[in-house]
Amino acid sequence: MRIPPKYTQALAVTVLGAATVFTVVVLVFIIVFVLSKGLPGINGEFLFSAPKDMGRAGGIFPTLVGTVLLPLMAIAIALPLGVGTAVYLTEYTRETRLTQVLRFGTDCLAGIPSILFGLFGFIFFVVMLKMGWCLLSGGLTLAIMVLPTIIRTSEEAIRAVPNSYREVSFSLGATRWETVLKVVLPNALPGIVTGVMLGIGRSIGETAAVIFTAGSALRMPASAFDSVRTMSVHFYILAREGISNEKAYATAAVLIISVLLVNLAAYSMMHRFIARRSR
Amino acid sequence: MSTDPVISVSALDLYYGEFHALKQVPMEVKGRHITALIGPSGCGKSTLLRTLNRMNDLITGVRVSGSILLEGRDIYAPGTDVCLLRKRVGMVFQRPNPFPLSIYDNVAFGLRVAGLRDGHAVEEIVERSLKAAWLWDQLKDKLNQSALELPLDQQQRLCVARLLAVEPEVILMDEPCSALDPIATARIEELMLDLKAKYTIVIVTHNMQQAARISDYSGYMLLGEMIEFGATAGIFTSPKDKRTQDYVSGRYG
Repeated sequence: MRIPPKYTQALAVTVLGAATVFTVVVLVFIIVFVLSKGLPGINGEFLFSAPKDMGRAGGIFPTLVGTVLLPLMAIAIALPLGVGTAVYLTEYTRETRLTQVLRFGTDCLAGIPSILFGLFGFIFFVVMLKMGWCLLSGGLTLAIMVLPTIIRTSEEAIRAVPNSYREVSFSLGATRWETVLKVVLPNALPGIVTGVMLGIGRSIGETAAVIFTAGSALRMPASAFDSVRTMSVHFYILAREGISNEKAYATAAVLIISVLLVNLAAYSMMHRFIARRSR
Repeated sequence: MSTDPVISVSALDLYYGEFHALKQVPMEVKGRHITALIGPSGCGKSTLLRTLNRMNDLITGVRVSGSILLEGRDIYAPGTDVCLLRKRVGMVFQRPNPFPLSIYDNVAFGLRVAGLRDGHAVEEIVERSLKAAWLWDQLKDKLNQSALELPLDQQQRLCVARLLAVEPEVILMDEPCSALDPIATARIEELMLDLKAKYTIVIVTHNMQQAARISDYSGYMLLGEMIEFGATAGIFTSPKDKRTQDYVSGRYG
């Protein structure tokens, strides 16, 4: 027996609608839950003072600094490498078997669980290169982790630059490098920034790879060779070792708000990018 | 002024992969005259135009043989500075294609690429170029406005100004009016006749009346061959080849 189309239509609307509502509700629930438990613990002192007694009391200032410095360092390393690779793949090579293999490799790299990057960073930077747990080891590891994202988004952004711009530039006597510098990159910039934002978001939320490579010292880092603790790691340690649930939730709330802000920034940039393209 | 041709093409063959797009093409471009290339779509006229500043180099699988002499020097000879060639032989494209920058920055683009840092010199050349493209009076007060907000024919003339700023000797125009309405087309045509006093112009056009109105020499191309080349008046009033006659009289194409 066939179900009349009228009913299948109603059924589809109900099921799809329910899926959407469920997704949104779960998301909102998590955010509201964390914020309601964490927001009361957030104040100026919490944000800007050092933790006391392993984080049982005091604030999170060093971890806030770590959360800013570590992704920044990762991006500072990954951005030139990633954009350089993307420019090379799109502007300087023709589509060959080699570029396909390179692209496939990048995609595979993007799918590797972060703990493997952590393990690699630990063995290579921390142990083999004797750098120890530090900001630099962590930054290098996270850089490798976000590199595929930056390469792919930059590549897409560069491909989206109309070919006619390149043609004009060449026809005015510009070399390929001048064309890349003066025409391609400025026009691909919004897309590249979007990729950077996604990379920052991923680095901020990372724990496994960070514990392995940047360590979890609660001191204020004095140089790139000092160990740092990010908010994600701080939250993880507070919760896992039962140090202080109240402080853990407050840290989580700060973390959620920062990730939300970064994503909002990425989103609005993406929109401006699309708006400009379609004009 | 010497009567030697500025550009002299002989026995030019061009292949896109296996496709034989230009077959033993000859052409002579006289200095400070307008030379028009006409013919049906796909006849190779744009391809021929794009060999003159080696824009075809950018396409994969293009092979060229024969010779193109620019003031006596073969532009396909090894060791040719292609960037310098393209500064000497500039191009205006089919669709107006200003950069998404201000009017000023569009015109200054080539100068900045060439490394001209002196702000006053740039300003002077921008003004001179906009004047030469008949845009200065309309645009002098809004040089910082985005070039994309201009009407199409002003955009196309801005592209001419952008080209004039790098001081080319030859201007190649690839159907420069095909995106424009008749009034805008007339304005571009007048501009071309004005530019002829200082520049050598080669234009590809679909529009036979346009070729008849503005050009001094014309070449009729068909299926990759130069069927007939000569003074425009002769091509349009007393074509020697039956195929040219069919085309210019509107029986074909």
